[in-house]
Amino acid sequence: MRFAVIQFGGSNCDQDTHHALQDVCGVDTDLIWYKEGLRRKYDAIVIPGGFSYGDYLRAGAIAARTPIMQDILRHVRDGRLLLGICNGAQIGAESGFVPGTFTINAYPKFICRWVRIRVENAGTPFTSQYREGEVMRIPIAHKEGRYIATPADVAALNKNRQIAFRFCDETGDPSPQTNPNGSVEQITGVLNERKNVLLMMPHPERASEKILGSEDGKKVFLSIIDHMEGR
Amino acid sequence: MKVPVKITVALKEGILDPEARAIRHALADLGFPTEQLSSARLFYITVEASDEEAAVERGRQMAERLLANPVIHRFTVEVSR
Repeated sequence: MRFAVIQFGGSNCDQDTHHALQDVCGVDTDLIWYKEGLRRKYDAIVIPGGFSYGDYLRAGAIAARTPIMQDILRHVRDGRLLLGICNGAQIGAESGFVPGTFTINAYPKFICRWVRIRVENAGTPFTSQYREGEVMRIPIAHKEGRYIATPADVAALNKNRQIAFRFCDETGDPSPQTNPNGSVEQITGVLNERKNVLLMMPHPERASEKILGSEDGKKVFLSIIDHMEGR
Repeated sequence: MKVPVKITVALKEGILDPEARAIRHALADLGFPTEQLSSARLFYITVEASDEEAAVERGRQMAERLLANPVIHRFTVEVSR
């Protein structure tokens, strides 16, 4: 089993994500500079957080149109797994992997803090190690993290169980008061229809070891590993 | 021929524009209260095309493929005179 973490100019969570996968979860993981393209098949690809291309135009807009994204599109079409974290989620949304987009926070400043999110669907390759409704403590760090989609798209996401995570309080109540960025229906983790792409604004790699203050995010990676091992 | 094209990208009606809201509040603090304020982005691009119509069409493709995000944006393309 081999994972890849993609590095764009301006990615800055690449090493943390590589560490979480390789050292904490024990899965062989390559760091791939975007200009190299994908030279082999990978079981799972992670697009990490950061500020690719300085967030010019819109966060993720330019990285989404680089040639390596065609390789990643083929990877996704083959049914293999793609996880986009923070800027990786913005890049994934700009690439059209899920409906909707991540745009500037309702209060337009950078938010960096711990939040709680609830697992809305534990039946996916990214969430199988969680219980449905489980609450995790995990950091967010973004200025363009407000997820929005048309009412029709949101209805379809709900119907197809494509919502992975919602912001919530300690008890798991996803009330609007818990919503740090104004995302529609408190959504902060979105799956594609086939459930082999997950785009999420919170940072599981920053919550993968006790010493970091939480290891609640580690099970995202362990779920992916479990899914690949079970195939 | 080289045709100067102006592409305007703005948020769709009904999409929250937090930056515009912040600017409106700041203007009000300076003594310029306003009913409504929205913002847009302008791109001036010189396009190589056979005629003006083709240049505008090329600008439209640029907006569709990169400059605008159809989820939140609308855009206009015109020859810049």
